[in-house]
Amino acid sequence: MKSKRILVKGVEAIALGALAGGCNCYFGYPITPQNEIPELMSVELPKRGGVFLQAESETSAINMVLGASAVGARAMTSSSSPGISLMSEGFSYLIALELPCVIVNVMRGGPGLGGIEASQGDYFQAVKAPGHGDGKFLVLAPYSCNEAYELTAKAFELAEKYRNPVMILSDAILGQMKEPLTLKSPKIKTLEKDDWILSGAKDRPGRVIKSLFLDSAELAERNLKLKQKYQKMEVEIKFERLAEGSEELIIVAFGSMARICKEAVFNLRARGYPVGFFRPITLFPFPRKALCELAESHQKRKKFLVVELNCGQMVEDVASALCGKGDILSLAYPPSVLPFPEDIEREIIKCLNLSTSLNV
Amino acid sequence: MKIKILEERCKGCGLCIEFCPKRALVLSDRRNLLGYKVVGWNSPEKCNQCGICYLMCPEVVFVREEDFEE
Amino acid sequence: MSKPFDFPKCLKRNTFHYCPGCHHGIVHRLICEVIDELNLKDKTIGLASIGCSCFLYFYIDVDILEAPHGRACSVATGIKRMRPDLFVFTYQGDGDFSAIGLGDSIHAASRGEKITAIMINNTVYGMTGGQVSPTTLLYQKTTTTPLGRDPQREGYPLKVAEILATFEAVAFCARSAVNNPKRVKETKNYLKKAFKAQLENKGFSYVEILSSCPVNWRMDAVSANYHVDKLTEVYPLGIFKELPPKK
Repeated sequence: MKSKRILVKGVEAIALGALAGGCNCYFGYPITPQNEIPELMSVELPKRGGVFLQAESETSAINMVLGASAVGARAMTSSSSPGISLMSEGFSYLIALELPCVIVNVMRGGPGLGGIEASQGDYFQAVKAPGHGDGKFLVLAPYSCNEAYELTAKAFELAEKYRNPVMILSDAILGQMKEPLTLKSPKIKTLEKDDWILSGAKDRPGRVIKSLFLDSAELAERNLKLKQKYQKMEVEIKFERLAEGSEELIIVAFGSMARICKEAVFNLRARGYPVGFFRPITLFPFPRKALCELAESHQKRKKFLVVELNCGQMVEDVASALCGKGDILSLAYPPSVLPFPEDIEREIIKCLNLSTSLNV
Repeated sequence: MKIKILEERCKGCGLCIEFCPKRALVLSDRRNLLGYKVVGWNSPEKCNQCGICYLMCPEVVFVREEDFEE
Repeated sequence: MSKPFDFPKCLKRNTFHYCPGCHHGIVHRLICEVIDELNLKDKTIGLASIGCSCFLYFYIDVDILEAPHGRACSVATGIKRMRPDLFVFTYQGDGDFSAIGLGDSIHAASRGEKITAIMINNTVYGMTGGQVSPTTLLYQKTTTTPLGRDPQREGYPLKVAEILATFEAVAFCARSAVNNPKRVKETKNYLKKAFKAQLENKGFSYVEILSSCPVNWRMDAVSANYHVDKLTEVYPLGIFKELPPKK
């Protein structure tokens, strides 16, 4: 049976992907540009015997997710930059309590109230420190409706596999633009949870899910356990590479910016320019090894032009991944003025003519 | 039914002594592992097992002997 | 029915860490008595909050989840919405429930979440050393109102039970104390009514229990126990709302 194709917005693709991933409860709060997600969930979840509730604040919503996840739900919330900031204490607890859930951030211009145009300004917040402490999210950055659908569905399996929150990091461009979505039914594994969820102490002693460890050795041990988990996550690293390795310059970009850059790269390659393209899909764990391999291939020193819709964040991760194996250049467009592919083409050609510079 | 005082749970707060209608309890000089002076019988014969000490005790110190044989 | 000198079944044998004379221990015992009597151990989820009672799981042998400070009612909402068959109660202090968590608490009550919230009101932040709280009495000295709570600066004591009693979706709302035998029994009665309101799916149930805090009130245990009578002048005891039992 040919799978159905429908014309949807990015945020709708995310919601449909969540449903395909087995999401059975959603707690959220209105904030542009992601309102279609709670709206769609408020229709679809009750139909499927799931739970939908709009909380009085993002702070409350993330704690409802925490409660639902602790009793075995496939829980989800979505918000946009300011709301995500309000949830950060909850994120830290979810990480510490090892509770699986999916969190969607459709980024908008910041800081402060900022704007409702697109931005990638929450990159650091997502990959470095979603909340206080050393905890991490597994962060996936889709750049198309199909990818948003598939990654969100997959996120529920990954969250349970690692018992860790997974973040879908998108933005207002992908969120609000429409394009065809192929409705595949992805194979999403469900994992056994009865050994750890709270379900009522029937014929067993009471279980406790807590993150308070006043004993310092015990807390240190907890942190090491979480650190090992993040290393294990490296098998989930995904990226898109469009480069033989002989190129002089590689564009590195994620999410919606990668779409604009990809077109620029296509145009220039068609005109014979030695330009490649690298798109991280998992932002944490970051595809460090893949970047290094690309940098070292063909024993040719390359320039890496990191294009972002913020004031320069992922460029630091590219720089630390390559540690000197390439020249790092930052093309940072502060939110929310969007470049056209032609703008990026001009920048690439300028960079190709530069000798070498490190203006991170 | 014989009442047992779980001395290790007592913190010498004195609420049971205060509310015992028969004044059957007193703060003894014995100390438990935590160093609290523990409650003791002042005049056990006066006790009619009314249970007020049990009600007022924040530490569940007063229990039935048979429930807590060593 | 539990009898005097019973050591409640679902009360663990660990000694309490509470200060001598603190009423938390009495409330813990009463909760366990009611859980035993209503046979709820198999289906109960307790929400421990952040404060002196954050170690609830050392004492009550049911499934317990530690909620971030102030968020117990939201976490409980997430649990109860997913598992309406479970019995869910929160155990919070006055700071947790009515300061940082007031938004979560009021909206859970207003939505009529079928959970039971228990607020221990000792007018201070106990665990952190006795700072001022929304329920601190006027002119009461605390470590952050050294000259006494001044209404011009810290406003007036927050009367949570009276507020929640005005909510349509609140099925049971009462305030009690445990500083004399009669009130201890009354508190247990209120807890049972509140638990039953949840079991009968009537709506949100709330029991506020005035408690002493000898160390932070700078009093000995017995004086602090009687000082709770002073609290009842500002926080009158009684049932503020009770929906009739379902026919």
